[in-house]
Amino acid sequence: MIAAAVAGGVRLLSGPGVEWRCARTSDAQRIYFANHASHLDFVVIWAALPPRSRQLVRPVADRRYWEQNTVRRELARHVFNAILVDRGCASSVSPREAARATTARICGGMGDRHSLILFPEGTRSPTGDVGAFRSGLYFLARCRPEVELVPVHLWNLHRILPKGEWLPLPMLSRVVFGAPLTVRPDEEKSAFLERARAAVTALGDAA
Amino acid sequence: MTPPRDPVLLMLLGTVFTLLVVASITGWAIGRVVTSDAARATMANVNARVRAWWVMAGVFAATLAAGFTWSILLFGLVSFLALREFVTMAPTRPGDHRPLAWGFFVVLPLQFALVWAGWYGLFSILIPVYVAIFVTMRAAIAGDTQRFLERAAVTQWGLTICVYFVSCVPALLTLRIPGFEGQNVGLLFFLVFVVQLSDVLQYVWGKAIGRRPLAPSVSPNKTWEGLVGGVLCATAAGTALWWATPFSPFQAAALAFTIGVMGCAGGLIMSAIKRDRGVKDYGTLIPGHGGMLDRIDSLCFAAPVFFHLTRYFFAR
Repeated sequence: MIAAAVAGGVRLLSGPGVEWRCARTSDAQRIYFANHASHLDFVVIWAALPPRSRQLVRPVADRRYWEQNTVRRELARHVFNAILVDRGCASSVSPREAARATTARICGGMGDRHSLILFPEGTRSPTGDVGAFRSGLYFLARCRPEVELVPVHLWNLHRILPKGEWLPLPMLSRVVFGAPLTVRPDEEKSAFLERARAAVTALGDAA
Repeated sequence: MTPPRDPVLLMLLGTVFTLLVVASITGWAIGRVVTSDAARATMANVNARVRAWWVMAGVFAATLAAGFTWSILLFGLVSFLALREFVTMAPTRPGDHRPLAWGFFVVLPLQFALVWAGWYGLFSILIPVYVAIFVTMRAAIAGDTQRFLERAAVTQWGLTICVYFVSCVPALLTLRIPGFEGQNVGLLFFLVFVVQLSDVLQYVWGKAIGRRPLAPSVSPNKTWEGLVGGVLCATAAGTALWWATPFSPFQAAALAFTIGVMGCAGGLIMSAIKRDRGVKDYGTLIPGHGGMLDRIDSLCFAAPVFFHLTRYFFAR
């Protein structure tokens, strides 16, 4: 019930036009990956999903932000069922180790029924431009090759709730879900990440 | 909500209902006989518009019947939807975030609360004076001076058009006109009916016999023939409604004519803004029409003039 209220509230506030260029639901697990510009991003994607998918999807989110206070922690845990990850890494382990551990955590969090919402840029863009993708998406795709990778483009979120602001402006936004990608057997990491990034930006250009 | 017992309101709403029935049947019939693809597309759009009119007229009728507070809430919502469309397509920068938050969350509710309270003195200067000073000051404090003049104009104009001008519509309900007490809903109906009918008739006349474009670089669809035909017909319709207003037939004609001309001016101004920003419509809220702002552009500019003229010449 809280979930339905939150989804309704977000839709009202950010007035998203939602466009599906792929099937709205699928029997396969999915990783929705999108450009990142605001803290509202995953909630907007989450609210745009059909209710059934919403129950099964788990956003991958920054632990530091979502454990900052009780409300956020409860929302993340019980409403969004988020997989919270640490950005950056503790000084005791190498970056490679940390990345591997994070990938394993996310992979484990998917289990055999959950889908993911993921922001491969890893940080919010202040201008709405799509930055370079980090490798997590590639490793996840390698670890779970049967999963559908759905590119998602979010429009105008950087103006609705920019970095450093706490009050969202109720402007219009747009969510476009594109055709799923899969990683090719012999595809290199950088080539795949560039292709995935291009898939996201292309959805924005066509809008 | 009790059903409207006011016979005047019932007759007015009956008129709209009859017009919509006629429009639906005509649109359907023409849609069946046209053969060319272009004409078929036009009629599909016309029929989508007529269907949206049913919804809009239904909401409008229900709110008028529900009374004063609901009418204010309806136009507050219309104002919110319009302002959101305006700001979305406007070239703002991060420095405008806080000023716009004041606009959305403080100025807009306050303006409609002032209508509700009947505080005309502050209602009439809140946006032209206090917003112009304090919201702009907030933008200056934010410290971003790039394109400052243009951005200040966006905020000020957005609030003027989408909030101040729209709030003039329900403000008609607060006018005290001797001998017309308790019937102000007729004024509100007169304005909205004439302005929207004028829009429709300008479109119909333009499609039928339009030759000379009014301002081709702004809006290729607006023609002199459409303007003259539409405004004259809307004036005639407005004159025929004089019995629902405090006006004599001649006064009703003059005001309906003014409303039609102001509405056309509003359409042109809002089209010029769309051209400047490179968008076709402000939104997609109303099927066939575009966004809220595409539908009410003419109302926005007719409302303050009609409100002022009525207040100046008729109210106590």
